[in-house]
Amino acid sequence: MMAVAALEQEILSMRKRRQLYSMMGLLLVIAVLVSGYSKSNEMNSGGFLQGLSKFFDYPGEIVAEAVAAGPGFFALILQFVPAMLETLNIAGVATLLGGALAVVLAMASTRNVDSWGPLIPVVRRMMDIMRAFPELIIALFLIFVLGSSPVPAMIAVAFHTAGALGKLFSEVNENIDRKPIEGLSACGASWLQRIRFAVLPQVAPNYLSYFLLRLEINVRASAILGFVGAGGIGQELRRTIGWGKGAGDETAAIFVLLFVTIMVIDQLSSYLRGKLVGSGRAH
Amino acid sequence: MAIDTLEPVITPDLVWKQVRHRARVTLLVPFAIVAYLVYTWFAFGVPDLLMRAQPERAVILATDTVAYKVHVTRSFRTNEFEVATEGERTATYDNSDVPDWVRLDGDNAMIDLGDGYSVEIVGKTALFTIPGYGVIEGTATANGVETVLPESDAPDWVKVDPRKLDVRPTLDRRLQVTKTKIEVHNYFGGWENFWFPFRSPLWGMSFSELYALALSSDRMDPDYSNLWFIVHEFLENPDWQHGTVFVALFETIMMAVLGTLTAAIFGLPLAFLAARNFTPSKILRFGTRRLFDFLRGIDMLIWSLIFIRAFGLGPLTGALAIAFTDTGSLGKLFSEALENIDNKQVEGVRATGASQIQRYRFGVIPQILPVFVSQVLYYLESNTRSATVIGALGAGGIGLLLVETMKTSRDWENTSYIIILTIVVVILMDQTSGWLRRKLIEGK
Repeated sequence: MMAVAALEQEILSMRKRRQLYSMMGLLLVIAVLVSGYSKSNEMNSGGFLQGLSKFFDYPGEIVAEAVAAGPGFFALILQFVPAMLETLNIAGVATLLGGALAVVLAMASTRNVDSWGPLIPVVRRMMDIMRAFPELIIALFLIFVLGSSPVPAMIAVAFHTAGALGKLFSEVNENIDRKPIEGLSACGASWLQRIRFAVLPQVAPNYLSYFLLRLEINVRASAILGFVGAGGIGQELRRTIGWGKGAGDETAAIFVLLFVTIMVIDQLSSYLRGKLVGSGRAH
Repeated sequence: MAIDTLEPVITPDLVWKQVRHRARVTLLVPFAIVAYLVYTWFAFGVPDLLMRAQPERAVILATDTVAYKVHVTRSFRTNEFEVATEGERTATYDNSDVPDWVRLDGDNAMIDLGDGYSVEIVGKTALFTIPGYGVIEGTATANGVETVLPESDAPDWVKVDPRKLDVRPTLDRRLQVTKTKIEVHNYFGGWENFWFPFRSPLWGMSFSELYALALSSDRMDPDYSNLWFIVHEFLENPDWQHGTVFVALFETIMMAVLGTLTAAIFGLPLAFLAARNFTPSKILRFGTRRLFDFLRGIDMLIWSLIFIRAFGLGPLTGALAIAFTDTGSLGKLFSEALENIDNKQVEGVRATGASQIQRYRFGVIPQILPVFVSQVLYYLESNTRSATVIGALGAGGIGLLLVETMKTSRDWENTSYIIILTIVVVILMDQTSGWLRRKLIEGK
């Protein structure tokens, strides 16, 4: 009886402690939100309440100009397709090159696929750094050296992609079945042959799925980097926004084009990923 | 015997068909990729880019990052010598108290650049002694520069022009002569005036001196305590603007934290509305899902541009842009997690007679909490990076500061300083969120 009472007491105190921790966590989040928003409201050059009334002004303005443009609006959209294509190309090449590098990095950093031991921690740290490097910094630096062009953005996005995908790929590698690898080593296959015939067939669907997800993320990143001088749709947007009033219809056309493209790629990639790895895992 | 237990019939035709298909795919895919890369090679104008590239800019950036230069300038307009760090007016030495590698003597000067390199300035003539080569003589005249070289052919580190003589035998020593001035640059490693401005009484003090000063009761400034004075002098350093940089970093972190938390708070309840097993109403579900798609599809770029117009520059703008985009992304992820929960736990709670709220609290939330926490932390670290980019679009924070120093700065060490701090902050956020994730989810 005593033992049960003591156990109950302990469970009760544990539950109390847990509730206390959750309460503290919740309070912390609320405190951060409240103080953060009031502080950032102070730091902002325009306040929240004054801005709220103006919130719809700008969208309203460009929508009005777009409507005024009439059927010519669709011609405007078409006019920006080449720029959009450039942004897509930046994302496409960056994902391809970054993805290829990521495969190499992943194969060199997973014990499960017999990577060379001493190299594993080195490559892992390298991927951490590549992942953490803000794309903006590489892009700005390369724009400074190479001049304004899509290539700096491409390299910046590819660099980040290699780190991010490399980490995801190596997680996939960790979960594969080792039996085919052992089977191949038993017949004297070299490391490259084991990777090619035992590892790649197992990981290909997951790799492709992550690759598509990254492509989607990279399209957004390339559009943003264009705004700091890397070409593509972002640069066009910067130009039309810089013109201010009168170019609202062009800005609206770019917004629509960007929105539609992102939606199409988003839906397409989630459909393809669903096919590749089953809908349950296609986040 | 049922037909489906038979071995599948393998005919040579079938095998050949499959082999041909495989062969086509293995050939076509690499070919398509190569073709695409070739196309983009020209679409991006890479050949032209390689011609226009200015690799020397990277060299400048690299040297400037690790070194600074002290200018010794003889101006023929004012007929005076000036010794200044990076040639800045705010960092000019007193002519009676110049560094010991410079000796000023009326109209003449002797500058020792180390390793046998030296420049002697006599009136309007500069004599640059270069070990293993000889003496280059440059004289400023009324309409240009007269140059005398020891050999007739100028090596490629000497640029001789009737209007300007530029000698740079090594990366860290340089002499320039024009008709208005003679200027000698001497490079030193490190970041100059990093802690305190040149004019500050604290300049050049060692750490232990500062420590003693902070504890001493003799006030440097009668209005403030010494510690406050030291901190103030450091933050207000005009060359490095530590205060501004720290505030900008703080703004960027604030954007990421506020934006992600807000997105999580709004995303979770909306996710219930978008999940099949919680919202029977098809219209409501469809509406919520399209709202998520809309928020995500507009993209952070457009949201920030709209918010910059409405709320001006600052962390609030960035936070709202992140919050809007990620309410869509997180909402979608959460609703998928909700659709994949195990119903048994909910049934179990229901069997005890729990109300709807209690069923959610004890049957559903514990199941999606790990997904919730890990995704929020994952977005937090990725948003720290995004916040730097949004900042560069004009929302403020470290991104904007970086773009501005890159545009205006002659001193690249400022840019490098900001870059290094940004990377450190991003990596710290990355590590913290990884640590929290392991701690909260795996309980390690």
